[in-house]
Amino acid sequence: MARIVLTKPDIDRALTRIGHEIVESQRGRTGLIFLGIPTRGVFLARRLAEIVARIEPQEVAVGTLDVTMYRDDIQQKSTRATAPTDIPASGIDGTTVILVDDVLYSGRTVRAALDAITALGRPDVVRFAVLVDRGHRELPIRADFVGKNLPSALDERVNVSLTEVDGTDEVSIA
Amino acid sequence: MKHLISTRDLSRAEAIGLLDTTADMVEVRGRDVKKLPTLRGKTVANVFFEDSTRTRLSFEAAALALSADVSTLTAQGSSVSKGESLKDTLQTLEAMGADYIVLRHSHSGVAATVATSGWTDAHVINAGDGTHEHPTQALLDAFTMRSRLSGATARGAGLDGANVVIVGDIAHSRVARSNVWLLNTLGASVTLAAPKTLLPKDVTEWGVSTSLTLDEALDGDPDVVMTLRIQKERMSSGYFPSESEYSRFWGMTSDRSARLKDTAIVMHPGPMNRGLEIAGDVADSARSTVTEQVRNGVAARMAVLYTLTGAQS
Repeated sequence: MARIVLTKPDIDRALTRIGHEIVESQRGRTGLIFLGIPTRGVFLARRLAEIVARIEPQEVAVGTLDVTMYRDDIQQKSTRATAPTDIPASGIDGTTVILVDDVLYSGRTVRAALDAITALGRPDVVRFAVLVDRGHRELPIRADFVGKNLPSALDERVNVSLTEVDGTDEVSIA
Repeated sequence: MKHLISTRDLSRAEAIGLLDTTADMVEVRGRDVKKLPTLRGKTVANVFFEDSTRTRLSFEAAALALSADVSTLTAQGSSVSKGESLKDTLQTLEAMGADYIVLRHSHSGVAATVATSGWTDAHVINAGDGTHEHPTQALLDAFTMRSRLSGATARGAGLDGANVVIVGDIAHSRVARSNVWLLNTLGASVTLAAPKTLLPKDVTEWGVSTSLTLDEALDGDPDVVMTLRIQKERMSSGYFPSESEYSRFWGMTSDRSARLKDTAIVMHPGPMNRGLEIAGDVADSARSTVTEQVRNGVAARMAVLYTLTGAQS
């Protein structure tokens, strides 16, 4: 049985709070780029960029970062489809990159993302925002901004639905 | 997918997936840092029993762009010229640790034999076998068509409704065969234009239309005209009377190019015989995708190498 852990208002509130935390952490730095990791990180990145621009009007760029070809399990798992990477034309050198994903679990996706960023340029700062942190890290990685800490068992599945792809906003665990 | 031998083996979803990954690899090729770590520690053996420049270089570039190690073996200057058998050559490569074998051979069916023989555990990629197939050429051609015809909306799409004319030596062309199977899978309609002597006998079973002149094929208002290379050795074999007659009835001349709709493209897999199957100024015109095909070829081969890599289900 799937148990709903975040409803639409919960998700909205969590993202708004993360938005405020990001603005605060910027401390006058400019050049903010939200890079969403496909699939759902892309839509969360767009939402966060909007929220941040509302809180403090500024130039906020949004892009997508596909990490598929940087993963460390390419040989072990069946082939994953790649997704487009779309970086602002001005590049990421000297910017603050906020990586955005829906779920933080083993930390391996973030590791791959850090490698992918290195190939694209040298931001001043890279931070990581995630809607749900479900624990069970396999690498020394943590998120800077967390929507909800969700203790989970290894055999449980955390499911994030977003209106843009799934028609509804909801996080459930089964 | 463990091997890529024939475009006939590709489902529509697999084919579109390969085109989408090719698009992502084109983006990578445009970066300052063009290398991906994906195949680090893996070895790609390019085994070319038949001459090739662009296909071999293209596979090398693709493997290097994915951080694989590459070893290249050509028939000249190897033990093949001393009479070593195919099996022994491949087992030597296997013993040296080849994870992928990119194979070109003048005999049809060699790639399939190697993939099913049990001689090697490596992934086998057919880089052209006789008059049979050249699947990566078809993938890069389909990708080039899709990006020119549908632009930004291309992702996830096939080539449904696209009207493609392939003109030239169909009978001896592995490029034509691989293209026909893939274009059928992707929903394009194909017309083959060639003198009767250069149409294969079983063409009625290919699911395509045929025309005996290029002009008749162009009456169908194609989106794509793919010209094939006329191999010089065929000219003396009586397949057609003369070069000038070939060019008159089946050459992509400036006049014929002017008949095409504005958005139509002219393709050629190279190397071109300018003035024979394609006029020089058509090859250099905005319609021509010749250099684009070469550029896309590296990306398409990266997509193939990557797609074969995952664990087999």
